[in-house]
Amino acid sequence: MKTIAELLAEQTFFQGLDQGSLDFVAGCGRNVHYSAGDRILTQGEPAHTFYLLRSGSVALSFYVPGRGGVIIDTLDGGDVLGWSWLFEPYKWQFDAEARADVAAVAFDGVCLRNKCDSDAQLGYLLVQRFAKVMLARLQSVRMRMLDIYGPGTPS
Amino acid sequence: MAPSAPTDYHPVVLDRPGLQSLIDALVTDGRRVIGPTVRDGAVVYDEITQIGELPGGWGDDQGPGRYRLRRRDDDLLFGYAVGPDSWKRFLFPPVSTTWRAEVSREGVEVAPPAEVPRYAFLGVRACELAAIAVQDRVLVQTNYPDRDYAARREQALFIAVNCSSPATTCFCPSMGTGPRVGSGHDLALTEIPDPAGSRFLVEIGSERGAAIAARLATREAAPADREAAAAVWSGAAAAVSRALQADGLKDVLVHNLEHPRWDTVASRCLACANCTMVCPTCFCADFREAASLSPDHAEQHRTWATCFSVDHSQLHGGSMRWTTRSRYRQWMTHKLATWHDQFGTSGCVGCGRCIAWCPVGIDITEEAATIRATDGLTRLPAGATP
Amino acid sequence: MALALPADVRPADAMVPVPYRVVGRARETADTVTLSLEPVGSPIVTPAPGQFNMLYAFGVGEVPISISGIDAGQRVRHTVRAVGAVSQELCAAEAGAMVGVRGPFGTDWGIDSAAGGDVIVIAGGIGLAPLRPVVHELLRNRRRFRRVTVLVGARSPEELVFRGEVASWQASARITVRTTVDYATAAWKGDVGVVPTLIERVTIDPEVTTVMICGPEVMLRFTAAEVLGRGVAAERVRVSMERNVQCGVGRCGHCQLGPVLICLHGPVFPWSRVGPLLARREL
Repeated sequence: MKTIAELLAEQTFFQGLDQGSLDFVAGCGRNVHYSAGDRILTQGEPAHTFYLLRSGSVALSFYVPGRGGVIIDTLDGGDVLGWSWLFEPYKWQFDAEARADVAAVAFDGVCLRNKCDSDAQLGYLLVQRFAKVMLARLQSVRMRMLDIYGPGTPS
Repeated sequence: MAPSAPTDYHPVVLDRPGLQSLIDALVTDGRRVIGPTVRDGAVVYDEITQIGELPGGWGDDQGPGRYRLRRRDDDLLFGYAVGPDSWKRFLFPPVSTTWRAEVSREGVEVAPPAEVPRYAFLGVRACELAAIAVQDRVLVQTNYPDRDYAARREQALFIAVNCSSPATTCFCPSMGTGPRVGSGHDLALTEIPDPAGSRFLVEIGSERGAAIAARLATREAAPADREAAAAVWSGAAAAVSRALQADGLKDVLVHNLEHPRWDTVASRCLACANCTMVCPTCFCADFREAASLSPDHAEQHRTWATCFSVDHSQLHGGSMRWTTRSRYRQWMTHKLATWHDQFGTSGCVGCGRCIAWCPVGIDITEEAATIRATDGLTRLPAGATP
Repeated sequence: MALALPADVRPADAMVPVPYRVVGRARETADTVTLSLEPVGSPIVTPAPGQFNMLYAFGVGEVPISISGIDAGQRVRHTVRAVGAVSQELCAAEAGAMVGVRGPFGTDWGIDSAAGGDVIVIAGGIGLAPLRPVVHELLRNRRRFRRVTVLVGARSPEELVFRGEVASWQASARITVRTTVDYATAAWKGDVGVVPTLIERVTIDPEVTTVMICGPEVMLRFTAAEVLGRGVAAERVRVSMERNVQCGVGRCGHCQLGPVLICLHGPVFPWSRVGPLLARREL
C-alpha cells in the first residue's frame, strides 16, 4: 500500500514541493473514506481540516431556507476541499456532502497552520497553491454571474 | 464564322434627332427607357420618352456634403457627373417581393415570380457599369443567385455615356473604373459639343447594341469625330482631382481596426445611412414578412437595409455593433477591405456619391488616406485633438 | 485572399420556403420545444449535422434555426427557443400546423475528419441542438472513433435540453457524458460549475482530438481557450457561430463578422478562422 507521501506526490496540487515539505505535509494527513450521502463539512462549524480528494464526488452547498441546499460547486478526484482552516475565524462557510463514495486524504489544519507560520517558505508555497484553486473557483463564479445562457423567459 | 467581337464594330455618329430615334426604337421594342432627368434640384433616373426630358444644359457642383445643380454655358444633355440615384434603384429596387403565397387548409400555393420590366438604361457612367459588375458578383455569381436581380439584369440594355464633366467628388481613375467606358455596355455614347447641337460618337459593345444601332440613321465616324471624342475622354480624365490609394489598402484597414481615427469619424457621423443608400454597390437588405390584413395571404419583401442601423446586427441578446464607431468601421472596412475576401473585388467604384450626400461631408478617401498615413496608431498622441 | 465558396450551385430559388407540417412537438424546457417536421410535398436536401434551416412561421416571419435531428426518411427536427416574435410562434405550433423551411444552409461539423481519433462535443444551453446529430452519428458509428466525450452545460437542471436522451447516452456507457449547471438543488446528480471546469477533468490526447463546441459566444471563448490550453490545435477546435441571418445565402449582409459571412462560410468554423475575429469588439 502506498504511503501518504507517495499518494501526495501523485497529485498535481502538491507537485513541485520538495521531499522534506512533502514528508512534513504527509505527516499531517491521514486516509479517510466517506460513503455517498455522508456529510463531510457543515456550515458554521470549526474548520480545522482540509481534504485532498483522491476519488469520488463532493457537492458544496449553501442552505437557503425554503429552497434547501443549493449546490454551488461540485468537486472530483484531484480537487481540494476546504480552505476555511487557513483563515480566521476558521469556520466552514458551506456544507459539503459526498455524492459518491469518497477516498481522500484529510490534513490536520492546525498542525499545518503552525508549520506555515514557522516555515514561511512552505507557507508561501501552500498559500500560492490554494490561491490558484481559489482563483479558478472565483473565475467559475464570475462566468456564472454573466448568466450567459440568456433570458430564462421570453423577453 | 464566329460572331464578331465587340471591338470589331466601327464607331458611328448620331445626331440629336438620332438620339430621339434611339429612344423611340427602344420604346418600340417594348422597353422602359430610364434616363437622367432633373427633379427636386438633382439629376435623378426615371422613365423618359423624349430627349427634352434629359438634363440639357445642367451641370452639377459637388463637394463633401454638397450637391448643387448649376446652369452650364452650353446645352450638353449629359454634362453632369452623377446624382443621388444609381441603377441599383431599378436592378435591385428599394422594395421588392421575394415571394408571395396563398395559405389554405390544404397547403400553401407559392405564386410564380412576377415578370420583371424590360429596361433600357440611358446615360450609364463607366463607374456605374463597374458598380453593376460588382453587384453581379454579389448577387448573381454565387451559388444562390438573386433571381429577381438576375432577371432584371439579363433583360436590361445598357446605353452608356462617357463622362465629360466629372465632379470634384469623383475618384474613378484611382479605382480603375473610369471615366472612360470600357466594358459592360451595349452602346457607349460620347457627347461631342457642337454649337449647332451636340452629336454623339457611338461605340458598339455588343450584338444587341449593334442591332439597335443598325436601325438608326447614323454615319460612319470621321477622323474629326474621333478626335473630338478623344478630347472629351482626355478632358474628363484630366478633370478628376480626387484619388483613393487602393493598393494595399485592405491590409492597412484590417490591421487598424482600433485606430483612433474611427473615434474621430464617429464623432462626426450621424449614422444617417445616406452613404449606403446612394452607394451603387451597397447590397444589404432585410428579408421580412410584409404585413397583410388577410390571414390567407403571405409575402416576403426584400428592402434596402443599412449597416448604420443598430438593428442591422441585432441578435436576441442585443446589437453586435451598438456604437457609431463600429458601424462606420463596418461600412468602410467592408467596402474597401473585406469585400475582397467575400467577393474578390473592391466594393468601391469611386463614384463619390457617399462624399457628396453625407450631411456632414465625411470623405471616404480622406478617411482611408489618414489611416494609411498613421498606420498602426492605436491612440492619439497626448494633447492631440481628434 | 478570397474565401472559397461552396462548390455546389443550387439552381432552385433558395428564397422560397418549402411547406412542411409539424408532426411532433416535444417540450424541452419552459421556453424551448423540439418540432418534428415532415414535408408536405418535395423535401429539402438532406442536411448534414451542423447545418441550419430558415424556419418560416406563416404571416409572422423567418428565423435561422439549427437542425437538431436528421431522421431516416425526410423528417427533420428543430429545437426552438422562444426569444422573439417568430420563435414564439414556432414554439406554439401544434402538430398539424404548417411551417416553411428553407435550407439546409451553411457548413457542417465535418465529423468524417475526426474519424480514427477522439471527439469531444461541448454544448452550452440550446447549443446542444446542432450537436445532437453529431452525437447520434458518433453513437451510430461508434467504432470509427476512439474516446467520445460529451460535455453539456446549462443554467439549471430544468433548462437542460434533451434531458432524457442525455441521460440515456450516459447510461449506455458507450460514451462519456458529463453535465454541469450554474446552480442546482440537492436533487441534481450532475456537476455544478461552468463548462471549462469540466474540461479540466477530461482526458485529452491533443494530437488526435477533435473538439466541437456550440453555445453562447462568451462560453465559446472561455471553452476554446481551455481546450487550446490543453494543446489541441486551433484547426481541430470547431465552433458554431450565431449572427443575424436573414437570407441564409450570403446576400443580405447582416451576418458579417469581418471577412466571413456566418450563413455561407459558417455557421461551423475552425477556431483558427474565427477566434481572432471574436477577439475584436463589435466587429
